[in-house]
Amino acid sequence: MFDLSLLLTGPYHDMLVKGLTLSLTLLGLTLACALPLSLLLALLRLSPSRTLNAIAWSYVELIRNVPLLAHMLFWYFGAPELLPESTREWLYGHDFETIAALCALTLYTSAYMAEDIRSGIRAVPAVQQEAGRALGLGFLTTMRLVVLPQALRVTVPPLISQTLNLWKNTSIATVIGTAELMYQAAKVETATFRSFEPFVFATVAYLGLSLLITGLGTWYQHTHPVRAHA
Amino acid sequence: MSYLDMLDTYWLFYLVGQYPNGPLGGLSLTLILASAALVLALPLGAVVGICRVSPWRIVRWPVTALVFVVRGTPLLMVVFWAYFFLPSLTGVKTGQLPTMLMALVLFDAAYLAEIVRAGLQSLPKGQTEAARALGLSYLATMRLVLLPQSLRHMLPSLVNQFVSTIKETSLGYIIGLTEVAFIASQINTQVFTLPAQVYLTLAFTYFVLCFGLSRVAYRLERRLSTRRPAPPPSPALHNPLGQPT
Repeated sequence: MFDLSLLLTGPYHDMLVKGLTLSLTLLGLTLACALPLSLLLALLRLSPSRTLNAIAWSYVELIRNVPLLAHMLFWYFGAPELLPESTREWLYGHDFETIAALCALTLYTSAYMAEDIRSGIRAVPAVQQEAGRALGLGFLTTMRLVVLPQALRVTVPPLISQTLNLWKNTSIATVIGTAELMYQAAKVETATFRSFEPFVFATVAYLGLSLLITGLGTWYQHTHPVRAHA
Repeated sequence: MSYLDMLDTYWLFYLVGQYPNGPLGGLSLTLILASAALVLALPLGAVVGICRVSPWRIVRWPVTALVFVVRGTPLLMVVFWAYFFLPSLTGVKTGQLPTMLMALVLFDAAYLAEIVRAGLQSLPKGQTEAARALGLSYLATMRLVLLPQSLRHMLPSLVNQFVSTIKETSLGYIIGLTEVAFIASQINTQVFTLPAQVYLTLAFTYFVLCFGLSRVAYRLERRLSTRRPAPPPSPALHNPLGQPT
């Protein structure tokens, strides 16, 4: 039978809640790191310089065409070997599972977000950029004052759905032993031989926040519709 | 052991696993699993997609709910349900391969359904009206007029979905399915001294496959858009449900 008390009190409840907290922390930290990085990448992709453009393009393609799981395995098992001994020791002493997961998630998410931001910026007609430049503003100033504020309306909805993807992707950190929600659910399953309760908890948590994020996206599209360009 | 020694020793293991002395694994299993999942998910996705645009609420609502639930949960969650919980219902332990295949088919069908739906909704309304005016029934209109046209639009998205599916098969690693990521970590355990090289090779393998395929999708998209007039711009036709991960 479904044992609700398992989820509401006791050590297993604490484990699951700790997992949920870490998942949410991963979501927040990744967003905080990935958003500026993806904006930088998108600007590089649009910059007049060919070299910068190629660098950002390679980054995006290299990251997007490799599964997140392989990123995680690399950052956790592979990358430390390339670092000096002392740095490695320090990392292993400081919750390296979470750090590696954060690295993988940030790089992966920023590649997707960069493309969304880029297509949002490109949706703003080129004359806006030209007009800004003709008035004597620099490339970055034109971006900041003229193009980006207009691009925001087009860009926010896809960024919200990338956030949803990110939320689901945090579960893959299980593979390197990051103690997030999925990991804790599996651990409770092993400890209690009950799969139903911990999995219901995890599913409800994932689904709940996913629906919330989806709702947020729909709300934004309703309140901030894209203005038609004449 | 140098990197080249490792390649020399393990390349066959990497490609086919223990086959023919054991079950097929490695890169070939990844490819077979991804293809099988997509082929099986296609008809299911088409049915679900058609139900999503159905004029009858009784058909539309449950299917919409299913799509929302599947797209709102991580694939890993579906895999865990199938792997740990299903046996306690049926009494039989499901193998890793059927488990992963089932999870992928269910997952892909939900995403393909959205591709089918978008394909159908991108057609001008006049197509349906003309077919209905000619006396075709709803289903005949679907089968003879709408689906053949929207399939053309969908082709690039289908290739992209295949790329996603290949990436998703890597989750089989977590339940011990011997696909290429699992094999790579086994090789890593045996060699022990070259973790960075092993995992970079794994990443490179996925990259070659997925990048190659996404170029094919890109080419297809360009060919389709040059052959027919571009569809009218559709502002804010963004799908808030997100993409496959």
